[in-house]
Amino acid sequence: MVVKTKIKNNNLCIYLEGELDHSVATKLRADIDDYLDRINVRNVVFDMEKLSFMDSTGIGLIMGRYKKLKARNIPIYITKPNTQIDKVLRVSGIYKIIPQI
Amino acid sequence: MDNYMSFRFKAIAANESLARSVVAAFCVPSNPTLDIINDIKTSISEAVTNCIVHGYGKNTGDIMIEAEIKDDLFSVRVIDYGKGILNIDEALNDFYTTNEEDERSGLGFTIMKTFMDSLEVESVWGAGTTVTMTKNLNA
Repeated sequence: MVVKTKIKNNNLCIYLEGELDHSVATKLRADIDDYLDRINVRNVVFDMEKLSFMDSTGIGLIMGRYKKLKARNIPIYITKPNTQIDKVLRVSGIYKIIPQI
Repeated sequence: MDNYMSFRFKAIAANESLARSVVAAFCVPSNPTLDIINDIKTSISEAVTNCIVHGYGKNTGDIMIEAEIKDDLFSVRVIDYGKGILNIDEALNDFYTTNEEDERSGLGFTIMKTFMDSLEVESVWGAGTTVTMTKNLNA
């Protein structure tokens, strides 16, 4: 699992690469939170173009970041999930609060 | 094609990827679509995560996967020997989780139910849980 970030026009893009399951969740969450705590941006986008697999662990992780950022009035978005990940996201109902762009 | 296999591995998170890859590879000779393979991989990932997070928690132990293909019908049993589920009905509810502080979504069984053709959960309190799922590989 690799995470890259880019800030453009005050929007933060978090690029997730590899497979997101329980085995990487704890470290991934800590790394993202550590980063989010230190910056101030207008929007956060999770770019999943290079994420090859995600199970419900990813739903918990995204929901957790949503709650944290909502408290700071920062909206989050999801972009470019593959078919498998899109199905997990749809079943979870997460698109109702975190739109896909 | 008729085929079967079983494999046993340590209940640690690092083995989740191994488990879903082995089961996917077992199904490939039946020529399922990529979507069907992905449904199976995701469901195996959920079942194995449940064994690790809930079945064993801070302990560890073994997970056994038994799979079979008969006339395109794939069936799989994911077995742990951990603490078991006290109330299966409750555990099967969408968003039900006993592990909120670890940000578990409570959607594992929901995904297994939605992605597979059938799901059955048997548990003996204190002795372990067996999750049985089936899916037609050429639906």
